[in-house]
Amino acid sequence: MASSPFLSKTATICFSSSLSPSFLPPFPSKSLRPRRIPAVHAKIREIFMPALSSTMTEGKIVSWIKSEGDALSKGESVVVVESDKADMDVETFYDGILAAIVVPEGETAPVGAPIGLLAETEDEVAEAKAKANAKAAGSSTAPQTVTPTPPPATATPAPAIEQPVPVAPPASDRPGKAVATPFAKQLAKKHKVNIESVVGTGPYGRITPADVEAAAGIKKSVVSEPIPVAPPRKEAAAAPPPIPGSTVVPFTAMQAAVSKNMLESLSVPTFRVGYPVMTDALDALYEKVKPKGVTMTVLLAKAVAMALVQHPVVNATCKDGKSFTYNNNINIAVAVAVDGGLITPVLQDADKLDLYLLSQTWKELVKKARTKQLQPQEYNSGTFTLSNLGMFGVDRFDAILPPGQGAIMAVGASTPTVVADADGFFSVKSKMLVNVTADHRIVYGADLAAFLQTFAKIVENPESLTL
Amino acid sequence: MQSTLSLSFSPSCSLRSNESLAFSPSKPLNLRFCGLRREAFAFSASNRVQVSTRRLSEKFVVASSSVTANGSPPKSFDYDLVIIGAGVGGHGAALHAVEKGLKTAIIEGDVVGGTCVNRGCVPSKALLAVSGRMRELHNEHHLKALGLQVGAAGYDRQGVADHANNLASKIRNNLTNSMKSLGVDILTGFGSIVGPQKVKYGKDNIVTAKNIIIATGSVPFVPKGIEVDGKTVITSDHALKLEFVPDWIAIVGSGYIGLEFSDVYTALGSEVTFIEALDQLMPGFDPEIGKLAQRVLINPRKIDYHTGVFATKIIPAKDGKPVSIELTDAKTKEHRETLEVDAALIATGRAPFTNGLGLENVNVVTQRGFVPVDERMRVIDGNGTLVPHLYCIGDANGKMMLAHAASAQGISVVEQVAGRDHVLNHLSIPAACFTHPEISMVGLTEPQAREKAEIEGFEVSIAKTSFKANTKALAENEGEGIAKLIYRPDNGEILGVHIFGLHAADLIHEASNAIALGTSIQDIKFAVHAHPTLSEVLDELFKSAKVKDRVSSPVSEPVAV
Repeated sequence: MASSPFLSKTATICFSSSLSPSFLPPFPSKSLRPRRIPAVHAKIREIFMPALSSTMTEGKIVSWIKSEGDALSKGESVVVVESDKADMDVETFYDGILAAIVVPEGETAPVGAPIGLLAETEDEVAEAKAKANAKAAGSSTAPQTVTPTPPPATATPAPAIEQPVPVAPPASDRPGKAVATPFAKQLAKKHKVNIESVVGTGPYGRITPADVEAAAGIKKSVVSEPIPVAPPRKEAAAAPPPIPGSTVVPFTAMQAAVSKNMLESLSVPTFRVGYPVMTDALDALYEKVKPKGVTMTVLLAKAVAMALVQHPVVNATCKDGKSFTYNNNINIAVAVAVDGGLITPVLQDADKLDLYLLSQTWKELVKKARTKQLQPQEYNSGTFTLSNLGMFGVDRFDAILPPGQGAIMAVGASTPTVVADADGFFSVKSKMLVNVTADHRIVYGADLAAFLQTFAKIVENPESLTL
Repeated sequence: MQSTLSLSFSPSCSLRSNESLAFSPSKPLNLRFCGLRREAFAFSASNRVQVSTRRLSEKFVVASSSVTANGSPPKSFDYDLVIIGAGVGGHGAALHAVEKGLKTAIIEGDVVGGTCVNRGCVPSKALLAVSGRMRELHNEHHLKALGLQVGAAGYDRQGVADHANNLASKIRNNLTNSMKSLGVDILTGFGSIVGPQKVKYGKDNIVTAKNIIIATGSVPFVPKGIEVDGKTVITSDHALKLEFVPDWIAIVGSGYIGLEFSDVYTALGSEVTFIEALDQLMPGFDPEIGKLAQRVLINPRKIDYHTGVFATKIIPAKDGKPVSIELTDAKTKEHRETLEVDAALIATGRAPFTNGLGLENVNVVTQRGFVPVDERMRVIDGNGTLVPHLYCIGDANGKMMLAHAASAQGISVVEQVAGRDHVLNHLSIPAACFTHPEISMVGLTEPQAREKAEIEGFEVSIAKTSFKANTKALAENEGEGIAKLIYRPDNGEILGVHIFGLHAADLIHEASNAIALGTSIQDIKFAVHAHPTLSEVLDELFKSAKVKDRVSSPVSEPVAV
C-alpha cells in the first residue's frame, strides 16, 4: 500500500525540497509548501528523511524501491522508510531521475537529512552524483532549507554496497590465506558472497558467519545462536562485564521508540487501583455476538469507552503539570504485540460507534498493524489505553502509563472463582481482575475507584454495549 | 531365587563340578534363548554330547583346597569365575554367573562401570539429552508449527557438564551395588593372568578360578602424529567432561562417536568440521541411511567436512596459535591443506586395552592388540589352539565394540561355563547412534546383504517406510525419517533393519528380537502394534515386505547358477 501522508497532512511533513544554490538564494521555505516551489528553478532536489510521526526523530531506510538512474514520475513510490511505528512507502512529488542514493538500505538518517538526490534531466545526474560524493566526504554544505532540526549529515556514510568493516585484528601467520568457519562458508554460498573478498574479524583473523552477513549486507540473525549463559555470580558489580559470546542486537526503530516512551513514563507520578469484575454476563453476550465478528477486545474497549463518558477526568491528560486537558473524543488505544515490538492501534470515538462498526474498524487496524501500515493518527491519537494479557492466562498485571495519556487499564484472565454473595451463598462465577494505572496529578484514587465501579457495572450488565 | 543360590556357597570351600559326571542326556536344547543362531547347531554336534542341563547348586562337590605349583592348573579354585574388568560386559557376565550359581569375583583396576558408564554411552547420553532439548527450543519454525512460543534458550556449560557427571556416578553406584548385593566379590587392582586358571590382581594377590573372562575393554585410539593435550586436542574421554565449548571444533572421524559429538557441539553453538579418511561420511552405516542422515544431520547444520583425507599431524593450541591440523590425501599421500581451528576431537575409533594382561603366560598373541577368540569367545593361543577356561569378551576381542554386545558375549560365556552351549548371533545385536533424530540398525547393510546373496545364491529384497506416514511422528511434527528392511523374499528371513528417525534407537528392538528368535516376516507381520505409536513404522515395514509363497522345501538350498 503506497501511502503518502504528505498529501493529506500539513506542510511540516515533507521530504523533498528544492536545492538550487546556483540559481536562487535559499527560499524562506518555512512559510511555503514545498510543492509550490516552481520546478523550473530546481534542477537537483534532495530527498529528505520524512517525519512520519510526531515522535519520530530518525528513520531507517528499509529498501529503495527505485535504484540510481531510474526515471521517476510524480506520485511514484521511491523508498520504504521504517519509522518508530510503521513502515511507509515514500512518494516523490516531482518527475525526474533518481541520481544518487545517499543513505543506503539498512542505514538510519535523522528526520530532514538528505537520503537521496533527484535530478531533473540526464545532464544533471553527474552533477548530482558529485554532490552526493561531496556529502559523503563529510562536508555537508548544502543548505538545509526546510527542517528545523539540523541533521548531523556526517553520520550518513555514503557509497552503498561497501560496508564499513571493523579493522581486523592481526591475522595468523600466513597472511592472505582466508580461513573461514564452516557456517561462514555455508552463508557465503547462500548469499553469493565471494569468501575471498571478506575480511575476517574472528579469532586469528578468521572469517566468521557475522563477517559474511555483514558483507552480504544483512542484519545479524537474532535467533539461531544458542547463547551460553554464565552461571549467576555472587559479586554483582555495578557494571557487569560483557559476557563473552553474547550478541548485541540493536533496537529496531519501533523498539527504540518503546524504550524512549518507557523512560519518559518515569517522570509521571502514577498509582494503581485494581478491581474484580464478574464476567458471566459479558461472556454470554460475547458468545452471542462472536458470530458477527465481534471480539472480546472490542467489547472491553466499548465498555471502557462507555465508562469514560461518565468519568471524563480519567480520559483527560496532564500536558504541562499545571492543568487538566480534557479530551473531546474518547479514543481507546489497544496494545497489540507485533513481531519485534508493540503498537497501539486506536479505536477512535469508541463511545459513539456501535459494536459492529468498532469491530470492523478493529479488524482493519490489526491487519494494518501486522503489515506495519498503520498511519500515524491510527496509533498515536489514543486518550486511554487498554492492555489485555488474559488470553495468556495472566490473572493480573500492572501496565506502564504511556506518555500523554491519563490512564491505562491492564486486563487479566477471566477465571471461574468461588464467590459468596451478600446472603452468604456460594457460587462459582467468572471473575476478571482489572488494574488501572493512572497519572495522580489529574486522576485521584476516588476518581479511579468510581470509574472502575462504573466499568464493572457495565460489564456485569452488558446489554447497553449492544445499543 | 538368586539369594537362595548364593547361600549354598561358603567362602572357605572351593567348588568343582565335573562335567563328565554331570552329564545327563537331556531334552533337546531350548532353541528360544536370545541370540542363539539356529545354524550354529549344525556345527556343534560334538559339543552337544557334553551339554547338560544340570543345576549347579545341587551338584557342588566340596574339595579340599591345595596350593599347586605355578604353571599347572590348580586342583581346587577360589572362584568358579573371575572376570577381569568391571565394565558393562563384566557386569553383565557377573550378574548372569550369580544367577547360574557360580561363585564369582570381578577385578577392576580403575572405576566400576568401565568406558560405557564413565567415559562413553552414559555421560554422552546426558549431553545428547541436553542437545536434543536445545535443538527443540531453537527450532522456532518447528515450535511455531506446534503453536508454542518460547523465549531464547541458553545454557550453563558447567550445569550441563555436571548433569553428565552426576548421571555417570549414579549409574556407577547402581552397578556397584547390584554386584555387591548379589555377592560378587569386587577385587581392586589391575588384573593379569599369571598362568592357567590363575589371576593376579593389585600388587601380588593371587586368586585361582575355574574360568577366567577377560573383559578389559578399550581406550580411545589416537593415530600417529596427533598430540593429545586434553585441552584443545581431545578424545571422547575429555570431551564428555565438557570443559569448554569451542567456537569451532574439528572432529576426526565421522562414525558413531564423531556424529554424536557433532550433534552435541552444534546444539551448543559450535561450528564443526569433519575429517574423514574414507570417501564418504558415516562409513559403516547403510549407504542409503547415511545419505539421508547427511541431509538431515550434517548439511543444514553448521558443519563442513573433508573426506578422503587423513589428519596426519595435529598440534594443540599454544603460544597464541590455534590448533593446527595437517590434512593428507588418503590416496596420493600428498599434503592437501592445513586447518586452523579452536579444538580437535579425535574420534577415530577405539583400541583394545590388553597391555600388561599377562597373555604371554598362556601363550596368547594379540592381533593389533585384540585378543583372538572363536565364536564362543574362547581365547585362541599363538598356535591356533583354544586356551582352556579362558574367555575374552567385549571391546578387547574386537568382534563388535558395543557395550551391550560385550554384555551379551559375557552372558553367552557364562551359559557355556554353566554347561549349556551357546553361540551368540552377532547379527542380532542392534546398534544405535543417538543423534537427533536417532539412527539404529541391526543385521546386514544392503551392500553386505547383496554380497552375501551373491555368494550364497539367494535373492534380496528391500522394503521401506517413511515416518511421514506415521501418525505419532506427525503429531510430534517429526516426520523426517525412514525405516528400511532387507530380507529374503524366498523364506521371509530378516537380514537387516535400518531406521533413521524419531526414537529409532528404541524402535530397533522389534527387529533385533525377530532376528535373534528367528522370526520370519510372515509371522511377525501378524503382530499387533498399539495405535498411534512410532512402532507402527515397523509394523508397516513388515507388512510391506513381499514374501513369495513357499513352493520348495523349508530348507533353503543353494541354487545352481
